[in-house]
Amino acid sequence: MAGTSASIAIAIDDLKVDYGTQRVLHGVDLDVAPGEFIAILGSSGCGKTTLLRTIAGFQKAAGGAIRLFGQDVVNTPPEKRGIAMMFQSYALWPHMTVLGNVGYGLRLRGLSKADTRARVEIVLRMLNLTGLEDRKVTQLSGGQRQRVALGRALAIEPDLLLLDEPLSNLDAKVRIQVRAEIKSLQSRLGFTAIQVTHDREEAMTMADRIVVMDAGRIAQVGAPKDVYDNPVSPFVASFMGADNTLDLDVRQGASGLEVMAHGQDAPTLWNGNAPMGAVTAYFRDDVASIQAPDAKSEGAIVLPGSITQRTYPGGHYRYVVATKDRHFTVTDDRYLDLGHPVGLRLPLESLHLFPSAQ
Amino acid sequence: MNDQSQSAALASSAALRARPVALPAFLTGSMKIGSTLLKAAALAVFAFLLFGPLANLALWSVAERWYAPFKLPVSYGLRYWEVVFRPTGDAMSSLATSVGIASLVVVVALAVSVPAGYALARLRLPWRTFIMILFLLPQAFPSVAIYINVARVFYSLGLTGTIPGVVLVHAAHGLVYSVWIAAAAFSAVDRDLELAARNMGASPLRAFMTVTLPLAMPGIMASGIFVFLESLDEFTGTFFVGVPQVTTLPLLLYNASMGGNYQIASITALILLVPSVLFMLIIERFLKADVLSKVGQ
Repeated sequence: MAGTSASIAIAIDDLKVDYGTQRVLHGVDLDVAPGEFIAILGSSGCGKTTLLRTIAGFQKAAGGAIRLFGQDVVNTPPEKRGIAMMFQSYALWPHMTVLGNVGYGLRLRGLSKADTRARVEIVLRMLNLTGLEDRKVTQLSGGQRQRVALGRALAIEPDLLLLDEPLSNLDAKVRIQVRAEIKSLQSRLGFTAIQVTHDREEAMTMADRIVVMDAGRIAQVGAPKDVYDNPVSPFVASFMGADNTLDLDVRQGASGLEVMAHGQDAPTLWNGNAPMGAVTAYFRDDVASIQAPDAKSEGAIVLPGSITQRTYPGGHYRYVVATKDRHFTVTDDRYLDLGHPVGLRLPLESLHLFPSAQ
Repeated sequence: MNDQSQSAALASSAALRARPVALPAFLTGSMKIGSTLLKAAALAVFAFLLFGPLANLALWSVAERWYAPFKLPVSYGLRYWEVVFRPTGDAMSSLATSVGIASLVVVVALAVSVPAGYALARLRLPWRTFIMILFLLPQAFPSVAIYINVARVFYSLGLTGTIPGVVLVHAAHGLVYSVWIAAAAFSAVDRDLELAARNMGASPLRAFMTVTLPLAMPGIMASGIFVFLESLDEFTGTFFVGVPQVTTLPLLLYNASMGGNYQIASITALILLVPSVLFMLIIERFLKADVLSKVGQ
């Protein structure tokens, strides 16, 4: 992966990072195109924030390269990288005004007081913060602080913007609004953005590509739909919400694959692709549906079961279906009685099949 | 100041112990009166311990004549105040010496404690605890024993009887406070605030000067004030290293009271009280809980 081409904004090549004697990034490779919005997704402790801070230069790399438009910056101090970062805590300077915070980078770049003020005014207008220049940042609301932090990062017109969980301190309603705002700012100003988040929906809605990280390694990179529909590993599958599992047995039959679940009397015939032998299927709640227990269906596993619980969250009913040894949550529009025998239908093409871990 | 705070602690713990526990009804009435009496007694003791010496000082400062059988001064007047504040008087020149030395001590102590405090707060130094304790060492041994040896060493260096000699002794004494408080003040500044400045393009020094130092300033100021007052108050070191050329206010106070001149001694003591009271007010304003909680960590 030689990221020397100018069409790559940032090329990360076999990046390794240690905390003391413990390795936290085990060789990360990632290429980001100019203007692209990347979301790094992972649970806490997977190394996603470490990766971001290493790109920013706050964390020393133990090996590998970080090339910004072809230039290796792995040993460059953070102030010379020209990367702007927005911190999870916002890291606004409490002893300065909004003008002082947003204009800090501009003053360092030699702009006069008047020019800085004019430029800050433009940035603040862009973020709907007009007129707050002389306010102390400690007097602002959470949402306003978040915008000031974003404004400070954008004021220096960075080629690359790093966002460390930028929305995690906002309440749900503001979060959805700010999500859209960051996205539209990015397409308007054209900067390249790498955002770290643990929120799957946030990553899916904002990013052009998402990077799923697990234990200091990249587990999968791809467009949101790609990763959602075709996870490459059980970890990615369950991280993307397919956290129900079902053990299956797959055999080669005369006219295709024969798939059999625990508790079924006859195998289901299928002509798709699947690993052979003991297989674990990962699936989301919404792929399961309820049908009559005796109805035959093509390319789907039907598990006999009965309804043990019914709730009405609005719009449809939510049922808990007990099969022989498991419980599954299913939604359905129909009203069904408790104890009603049903068939739990799982279409094979919607299941993510991986060989069972031995 | 130490004795006062100790007696305050004693008095308050006495008041705590006097609080009644759950008791039968016929007892609680008398217990209530008893505890009120105890509280009042504790307060009286506390007030006497705190204000008794002060009242005595104030009385002595305006007593022109006061001798044996009389419980109160025989005649009052401000003659000795005039003596102390006379421009040619010893008191004014020792006050100037004291303040001058204290200011220099602050400069020396901050010159060490700002970089040392920052390093202790930020860098993962392997001997961190050891270094912190090292600054505490001068306080751990009997000061007279230390100062006699310091005086010997300083004598061979030509530092005895000089202002720099006294400043060094005071600074060594004040460093424990200033380094510990400065380290706490710097730890209270979130690392990300500094990194954000670096991220915006500031050099390490620039980030320190524009972000870290201003944010740690209240703690640094407090440590400076602390060192200033410690120096103003210091007696033992000055006595062994500075005498006879350097006369600070506490030395003047000592000479006056040894010479039986209680009026001059009292007035000098009252002058020494002023900065202490100012210090209490300022420290309460500047030293915030988040800094205090990190002292010694």
